[in-house]
Amino acid sequence: MRHVIVGSGAAGLAAAEAIRARDGVAEIVMVGREPHAFYSRPGLAYLLAGTVPDKQVFIRGRDEIAALRLDRRTDDARQLDLARRELHLAGGAVVPWDRLLLATGAAAIPPSFPGAELDGVVKLDDLDDVRNLIARAGGAKRAVVIGGGPTAIELAEGLRARGVEVHYLLRGARFWAHVLDPVESQQVEDALVAHGIALHHQTQVARVVGHRGKVAWVETTAGDTIKCDLVAVAIGVAPRLELARQAGLSIGRGVRVDHRFQTSAEHVYAAGDVAEVRDPDTGEGVVDSLWSTALAHGAIAGTAMTGAPAGYRRPPSLNVTRLGAITITIIGAVGQPDADDDLVTIARGDSLSWRARPTAWTLTGDDPARRVRVVVGPRHLVGALVMNDPAAARALTRLVRHRVDLSALRAALDADPPGALARLIELGAAAGAP
Amino acid sequence: MSDPLDLLARVRLLAEAVVTSDPERCVQCGICSYNCPIGIDVRSHARVGAVIVDQRCISCGECIARCPRDVLWFGPVEDAAEDLP
Ligand SMILES: Cc1cc2nc3c(=O)[nH]c(=O)nc-3n(C[C@H](O)[C@H](O)[C@H](O)COP(=O)(O)OP(=O)(O)OC[C@H]3O[C@@H](n4cnc5c(N)ncnc54)[C@H](O)[C@@H]3O)c2cc1C
Ligand code: SF4
Ligand code: SF4
Repeated sequence: MRHVIVGSGAAGLAAAEAIRARDGVAEIVMVGREPHAFYSRPGLAYLLAGTVPDKQVFIRGRDEIAALRLDRRTDDARQLDLARRELHLAGGAVVPWDRLLLATGAAAIPPSFPGAELDGVVKLDDLDDVRNLIARAGGAKRAVVIGGGPTAIELAEGLRARGVEVHYLLRGARFWAHVLDPVESQQVEDALVAHGIALHHQTQVARVVGHRGKVAWVETTAGDTIKCDLVAVAIGVAPRLELARQAGLSIGRGVRVDHRFQTSAEHVYAAGDVAEVRDPDTGEGVVDSLWSTALAHGAIAGTAMTGAPAGYRRPPSLNVTRLGAITITIIGAVGQPDADDDLVTIARGDSLSWRARPTAWTLTGDDPARRVRVVVGPRHLVGALVMNDPAAARALTRLVRHRVDLSALRAALDADPPGALARLIELGAAAGAP
Repeated sequence: MSDPLDLLARVRLLAEAVVTSDPERCVQCGICSYNCPIGIDVRSHARVGAVIVDQRCISCGECIARCPRDVLWFGPVEDAAEDLP
């Protein structure tokens, strides 16, 4: 049996490990554009900030990689032939397959403002981007960051940590408006300002002006001119769908898959940021851009590819992110009615399901340093957002994950909100394992 | 470190608690391993949700304090016993 995996990210790695764990003799070919060993994509933010050195982003030891016995090809998969079961690579090789996995991830959406092609307009997608950013930060005085979600913040903070003066342009009135409430946005923004980042609200790039092909300054819609060396862009990501589209697979926001991650074509699977799975509650197709979700997808897809029983029921999305030195846990649906002007689509470390607007009741604690916001449905906790309180985060995650029935608590929730919040956290803490 | 209460608290931790992890929160950034003064590969424990039963762990809490995703905490030793192979 020959398994071919396109993509060497989290989903591709997890699939390869799952296949090898079940089948010691199968051939596993992994085609990946990036020449690097397996690394932590979320960890790139800390490499940029200088918190860890380059060698620390790699996530598997030599022995672990050798034990997988992968036939790794650093190349670009260009064409997927379903009828002949072949994959065509840019370098000319033709790779036959019995089972194929698309784990091609999502790519940063390129900006469309005039001047977007200039040298110095940068993004944060992969290891090469970060090495490039680090090299440029050394000689840069000032950077303009645009976009929303965690990646924009990571760019702003990472460049700031490298001594670059940072101007963060927000199209809207506040940061990550579709996930955070106004108080939470304010806290993140205050932290950024405390780190020396200049915020410009309701401001867009009108155009980037270059000098000899290099970024020289930004003209904003507010009429300002900001002299700068770098323009860092994080306006959202989009699944890499070229192969699937060209092969004629069923596509929505991502490559549509069933509960075993099989696409509309037999023996062709998709997992990770590129896959669109069905939300069991709403029935809608959802794409996530989340590390642990990509790992879970890959592990189940790999198992299914070996023919072993495997099935996926999408759990409520969980993300933990660090924004302006605040650790934020987001679980389930916490969506805000405001649209987010800073994102074209989904951001990295983001889930479309967080935007679902639950017709539910919101409760917030009043300790600003350890803010907790829960969204309670008729019977269950449907979502929670926790700032800086790991024990509360773990407890509330359990309640959302296990759909713990809260109907008995409902009256208390209405009568004494602060007391009820504390009881919810106690209940979750008592609920046992995560 | 010289505060006797600190010392007492640390002795109790050594006796009663172990570094515990929630793999779902972990993004494998490696900050924990990088900052462990003993050189324990905390990340590989966090990846699979294993507790750190390494005799060399001095319960300094450095990995817990530095983790940007609140993956790690001092959990009761009983949990560790359950998780042992
Ligand atoms: C800076 C940053 C911070 C992040 N922070 C977080 C976070 O805090 N929490 C969180 O949950 N998630 C975070 N994410 C998102 C998370 O990293 C992704 O959800 C996850 O990596 C998705 O894994 P994947 O395997 O689906 O895709 P990827 O990791 O994107 O891997 C896909 C791979 O396929 C390759 N590829 C694509 N097309 C082809 C082709 N045709 N031929 C050959 N190779 C191809 C790509 O080059 C890439 O290497 C972050 C991402 C970034 C970039
Ligand atoms: S520091 Fe935290 S998130 Fe990073 S590898 Fe360690 S446990 Fe995981
Ligand atoms: S508590 Fe200290 S010694 Fe123990 S694993 Fe963490 S950093 Fe290492």
